[in-house]
Amino acid sequence: MSLWKFFLKIFTISMMTFGGGYTIVPLIREEFVHKENLIRDDEMLELIALSQTAPGPIAVSTALLTGYKLKGRRGAIVGIIAAILPPLIIISILYYFYTWFAANFWVRAALRGMSGAISAIMIVAVYDLAKASLKEHKVISALILIAAFLTSMFTSINTGLIILALALIGIVAFRYVPEEKKP
Amino acid sequence: MTMLRLFIAFLEVGAFAFGGGYAVLPLIERVIVHRYGWLTMTEMTDVVSISQVTPGPIALNAATFVGMRVAGIPGAIIASVATVLPQAILLFLFGIFFFREKRSATIDHAFMSLRPGVAGLIAASTVSIFIASVFLSTSPIIIDPVVLIALAVVLILRIKRANIFPLVFLGAGIGLIGGLVEYLTQT
Repeated sequence: MSLWKFFLKIFTISMMTFGGGYTIVPLIREEFVHKENLIRDDEMLELIALSQTAPGPIAVSTALLTGYKLKGRRGAIVGIIAAILPPLIIISILYYFYTWFAANFWVRAALRGMSGAISAIMIVAVYDLAKASLKEHKVISALILIAAFLTSMFTSINTGLIILALALIGIVAFRYVPEEKKP
Repeated sequence: MTMLRLFIAFLEVGAFAFGGGYAVLPLIERVIVHRYGWLTMTEMTDVVSISQVTPGPIALNAATFVGMRVAGIPGAIIASVATVLPQAILLFLFGIFFFREKRSATIDHAFMSLRPGVAGLIAASTVSIFIASVFLSTSPIIIDPVVLIALAVVLILRIKRANIFPLVFLGAGIGLIGGLVEYLTQT
């Protein structure tokens, strides 16, 4: 894939990323895991884990790391530019009539339907990613998944700290777990 | 001077914005509203509502908005770049180690736990998104029928591997039809 094509893909993805947070994940997966076959789902999970070790918007980190993985340092720079341009352009334009736009009945109506669509898209992405993450060491991995889910859902512990704890748990636990044959 | 202050303010927002999404709001409020006084609390609420109806992370939307307010388009660019600069530098450095060909066993073990862990984190965020979208904004127990229809239709099509972009537009279309029905029944 050329740098220009990569730029266009991230630019389009960034323009479609409503809701912030992890909502960029299914879009990156669709383009780079499914259509182009350049990244596997387990690698995708590693990129997201790495993106959580730095502050700042997840979408920007994920775009940067996807670029880094596919195209090296130049890809990382292109990824970050392509990720920040759409919000920069859109908000600069809407700045002049934002109160009208944000309160507009039809904009709100369209958004209601979109939020339902995004929920559904996220549900399917979570199912796929969870399945990919449970390929090896099923029982331990499932316990880790559930523990991370509950911690994030019911405590206000910082995500960066959860990531750090997960890494430490892995380093300690898997040192003593015998290796599995890869499927 | 203004540009420098704008740059430093959003450098701070970018450097301390952990957790993503709405977790960043108290930080933006502290720096932008209380310390620099670039936005009033009401305008801050406006930035949040505009972020809900536009794509992009809330921190970048706020950076663009405040940058426009303080120094026009150059301000918007400076504030946006400052917001992403800390993470760009950090991830660039991490990337040098992470994307090397050979990985140590220790790093491999860390990722064996991080992969299911991150899946769990995304699952938690998805549950929050689901709850926030499905219930009416006016009531925490009444399910919004328009959202539910959009969710069900898109879920079925997505399981059959329909592409995401058209599905987002389909969601918008279902929302608009719902809005039209509401509009016609109210008048």
